[in-house]
Amino acid sequence: MAETHSDHEHIGIPGYLAVFAILIVGTWITYVVAFWDLDSVFPGANTLLALAIAFTKMTVVMLYFMHVRWSKELVWLSAVASFFWLLIMFAFTMQDYFTRVSGVFSS
Amino acid sequence: MQNADGFNPSLMREPKDSYLTNGYSLKSWLLTKDHKRIALMYLISISVFFFMGGLYAAAIRLELLTPGSDLLQTATYNKAFTQHGILMIFFFLIPSIPATLGNFLLPLMIGAKDLALPRINLLSLYLYWIGGILTLYALMQGGVDTGWTFYTPYSTTFSNSYVMAVGLGIFINGFSSILTGLNFIVTIHTMRAPGMTWFRLPLFVWAHYATSLVMILGTPVVAITILLLAIERVVKVGIFDPAIGGDPILFQHLFWFYSHPAVYIMILPGMGVISEVISSFSRKKIFGYEFIAFSSIAIAVFGFLVWGHHMFVSGQSIYAGLVFSFLTMVVAVPSAIKVFNWTATMYKGSISYDTPMLYAIGFLGLFLVGGLTGLFLGSVGLTVHLTDTYFVVAHFHYVMVGGQVIAYLAGIHFWWPKMTGKMYSEFWGKVSAMLVFVGFNLTFFPQFILGYQGMPRRYASYPAEFQVLNIFSTAGASVLGVGLLMPVVYLTHSIFAGKPAGDNPWMLPGLEWRTQSPPPTLNFDEQPVVTWEAYEFGEESGLDLEEARRAAGRPSVV
Repeated sequence: MAETHSDHEHIGIPGYLAVFAILIVGTWITYVVAFWDLDSVFPGANTLLALAIAFTKMTVVMLYFMHVRWSKELVWLSAVASFFWLLIMFAFTMQDYFTRVSGVFSS
Repeated sequence: MQNADGFNPSLMREPKDSYLTNGYSLKSWLLTKDHKRIALMYLISISVFFFMGGLYAAAIRLELLTPGSDLLQTATYNKAFTQHGILMIFFFLIPSIPATLGNFLLPLMIGAKDLALPRINLLSLYLYWIGGILTLYALMQGGVDTGWTFYTPYSTTFSNSYVMAVGLGIFINGFSSILTGLNFIVTIHTMRAPGMTWFRLPLFVWAHYATSLVMILGTPVVAITILLLAIERVVKVGIFDPAIGGDPILFQHLFWFYSHPAVYIMILPGMGVISEVISSFSRKKIFGYEFIAFSSIAIAVFGFLVWGHHMFVSGQSIYAGLVFSFLTMVVAVPSAIKVFNWTATMYKGSISYDTPMLYAIGFLGLFLVGGLTGLFLGSVGLTVHLTDTYFVVAHFHYVMVGGQVIAYLAGIHFWWPKMTGKMYSEFWGKVSAMLVFVGFNLTFFPQFILGYQGMPRRYASYPAEFQVLNIFSTAGASVLGVGLLMPVVYLTHSIFAGKPAGDNPWMLPGLEWRTQSPPPTLNFDEQPVVTWEAYEFGEESGLDLEEARRAAGRPSVV
């Protein structure tokens, strides 16, 4: 008999609580580092760090809360494809911002 | 044995059990999980929105009959074209074919009892209704004047109209679209009948698969964009308004990341309909099945790479404009593949000019004009002259109305006998198809000339030298309006007084034609097993099509 999705026990209540704790801690770290002046290291460092934390939180939500970790290859493909599309949106938007004549719409 | 009318009396029977007879109470409809009933409720709903959007179009065309701002005040005119666009795009064009014909036919075409997620299907209908009612409430309260594109900073800062309520309506409606797309993808992957391989799927199903990909990948972005707009409008966080640190072009990037692929949500299902109709009424296997199937996927993918061609004169960088212009030319290739293959399918085919085929032939010409003028607008230099003129209005109406609406009408006429079990008046069908074609061209072709001559869109008044062409356009709109209203009359009449259509009135091999008309609640009496290729009109299909032809009272094909 083929293995089904429900055959897995996943990570149980303690595991889900651990993931929840990771999300809360991630949110707290995001709040704290927002007060650090990381932009003095390089421009945009604050934003980059906030996005990195958000990406980590999103990854654990997808893997554990949404059960992607135990899902079939097609679900993995769908998840990866959505990130690829996100990459398209960012890359093609940024090609405008990185090559735009400076001063346009600057406040 | 045929009677004097040329119809077989054995077809006069009422189906013993069909989805239409499975309960008559309001509850049996509102709580149904039957994809066919949900499709019919969508059909009625989108028709209501279509005719409401049509009323705004009529007001716009009447206003433009004269150069002055006579019928509508300028502020009212702004609301009229905005609300015409919002109702037509979000509440008619996007759900039109997927939610009605797609919902009804997809399980039938793949040999399934229903969609994979029937409750989700009903939920998507309710979300559509909630979003629609909220939008209508906003329109009755005073409406919105931002244009259907909600460009910032006007929509976030200056407009005093009901931007938030309409935005919320569209936001909710977007989830309906996402759930429909999700349902279709899961159904196509998991519910195909034995023997129904990917390359035996009707091209209508391939088109809906590609459409569903766009719905799922694109719609969340416009939802987020509307949410960001709301955050800036209500909380004054600087996202799009340059006065508080935002960038209005960012709104356009995010908006068009969805809204250009949304064009393909509208046209891809229409292309699926046209593939079915042209092959069926040419009595010929579709030319280049794989090319048409993969061109749908290619359109869905490349459609996400071209949104910047809406922004050539927005202040977007010249480099980005060049890249988007090049990619716009690329996306024309898979569309052209389809047009060539449909034409090749008709070549040496046994063509019959029934109403659906008349619409399909109309589609070929009108979509060709719409597509080719899109290349004009995709060219960076030329578009500087044409942006925000009536050339753009004419172009997208040739694609959206000349393409999608005509395909929708072709599909409704094609599958109406299956949906209702009744045949409509072929005479009035043909008259309607001709009126729509003539009226449409008379309405929108003059707008190409007006736009090229420099008449800007979205103004209630215009210089007197443009009046003659505007009169042509308004006259054409009245012909188009009559042509579009006629099917409402004769299709409704056919439900009560139409001749029984029989199970397979067009003598076709597809699975949906191998069950009764209208279909039973579970679609098939027994699980179909597919042993034939798509679009087999010979003995390989396992159907005695000559017998079916005789049963339907049609002459034999030599």
